[in-house]
Amino acid sequence: MNLEQAMEVRQQKILAALENKDTSVYFKDALDNEMVLNMGPQHPATHGVLRLLIKLDGETVAACVPELGYLHRGYEKLAENCSYHEFIPHTDRLDYLSPLMNNTAYVLAVEKLVGIEAPKRAQYIRTIISEMARVSSHLLGIGALAMDVGALTVFTWTFREREKMYDIFELLTGARFTTSFTRVGGLAHDMTPDVITAVKEFFDQFPEKFNECITMLNTNRIFVERLDGVGVISKEKAIAMGMSGPNLRAVGVDCDIRKTQPYLIYNELDFSIPVFNDGDCLSRYYVRLNEVKESVKIIRQCLEKMPAGSVHANEPKKVLPRKEQVYTRMEELIHDFMLINFGVNPPVGEVYHAVEASKGELGFYIQSRGEGHPWRLKIRSPSFMNLQSTSMLVEGGMISDIVAVLGSLDPVMGEADK
Amino acid sequence: MLTAVVEKLKTKFPNDVISSNEFRGETTVHAKKENIVAVCRFLCDDESSLFDYCTDICGADAYTPENRFEVIYNLYSTRLNHRIRVKVFIDESDLHCPSVISVWAGANWPERETFDMFGIIFDGHDDLRRMYMPEEFEYHPLRKDFPMMGIPDSIPLPRK
Repeated sequence: MNLEQAMEVRQQKILAALENKDTSVYFKDALDNEMVLNMGPQHPATHGVLRLLIKLDGETVAACVPELGYLHRGYEKLAENCSYHEFIPHTDRLDYLSPLMNNTAYVLAVEKLVGIEAPKRAQYIRTIISEMARVSSHLLGIGALAMDVGALTVFTWTFREREKMYDIFELLTGARFTTSFTRVGGLAHDMTPDVITAVKEFFDQFPEKFNECITMLNTNRIFVERLDGVGVISKEKAIAMGMSGPNLRAVGVDCDIRKTQPYLIYNELDFSIPVFNDGDCLSRYYVRLNEVKESVKIIRQCLEKMPAGSVHANEPKKVLPRKEQVYTRMEELIHDFMLINFGVNPPVGEVYHAVEASKGELGFYIQSRGEGHPWRLKIRSPSFMNLQSTSMLVEGGMISDIVAVLGSLDPVMGEADK
Repeated sequence: MLTAVVEKLKTKFPNDVISSNEFRGETTVHAKKENIVAVCRFLCDDESSLFDYCTDICGADAYTPENRFEVIYNLYSTRLNHRIRVKVFIDESDLHCPSVISVWAGANWPERETFDMFGIIFDGHDDLRRMYMPEEFEYHPLRKDFPMMGIPDSIPLPRK
């Protein structure tokens, strides 16, 4: 048998085998079968360890179930077992993109419980660092959103600006991310003149660089069309679902705690609240973009108006004394001993204090029994409540829009998982 | 501060509102758990309160023989810009509490978190799974009798 004949025999055998097979299985509609897709927890577009279980009908999302808890460290349990001061470093790890804002929010809640107020200069510095944290967080939010929908360059540009800002944070607090800068009744230390110069210099060059970034995005047709009309939520639903921050202002609710229930020195400053009405991903992006500009305005006003003076409240039994005084004076040594060993001991009661953090309403609910540590501390984290609407936003849309929706919601899992 | 709202609530629900107090300018209302949905519905809809935004729901463990647990509702009104706190007591012998999802859809996840952390069962919640801890975990970590270091072997570790 030569090669040709052998090939012929083989072909016949294959044909016979195929004809004997049952080939009656066919799809009426290729999109008619549903598939379950697991997205995360290790997925770059989920901004951390968020896991989404998605039921797909073709390319359309039929259902979506978010799963949390992959970063749960039990901070509320830890808070019940450490003193009010000891919990400040833990707040760095909540929203790890704006640690200074969390420090401020936490000490404001404790100060409300204790019934003291930080001096004016400390409040100005707290406002400056909060707004800087907001700018840095929004820069990451905008950059990561652009990267998720395919515009890679802007991500590196916003990160360049963030890097300069983290140099300032390092100069100010000694750490880039784990800042722990605030104290009950004041700050760890004053803002030195070289930090003020660095902040001024940074914000002198920043608007131009930021305009470059947003011009790049706003004139990018692919970027705009991938966000426009995607992930829409109505005003009533957004309020009912407990959305807050830029996500709530993107549905046309003019609700910002800095204006509605002012804390720190926000009622002395001139700034506006950007509100957009469409409730889609593009509106959420526009709100963040305009908030950055307002934050720059706020920081400039604060630097101008900042008074001189101490950054520690004159409440020796509640505020940690300066180290050099602890070493040289009797009274301060006693207060330091009492505050470290027994804590602040606020009166029996409960408070809830919320601030407008970069992600939304960050609140601390504290129950005190007059002891040095909280009896119960609840963190109302904005990312947790914003993520609740994820399934509502992505259901009925395309699978590729999920990353756009997640990027525009801008969740941080350190905060959502606590 | 919110005396008008509290008085109206007391006249509307004379048997359900136990007490009210104020601390640091914040109003807290104690209510009975049996009728909490109607109380929340009233607070949400009445034109003098309009608490349309459920900021947070959380639990607390007082660690007392009676009325051991509390469920705390922190509410906010986006239209009238005021806050109130409503509390209900839950006894350890009867860990059930009516769910307020019908009033605020956003109560879903906070109630799941409270169930996860304290074991309070919200009746009427259609998806009462654990929020953070693994589904097969037996304990409720924020209860005061749960040790801070955890319970050894309660969470299976991945095999090497």
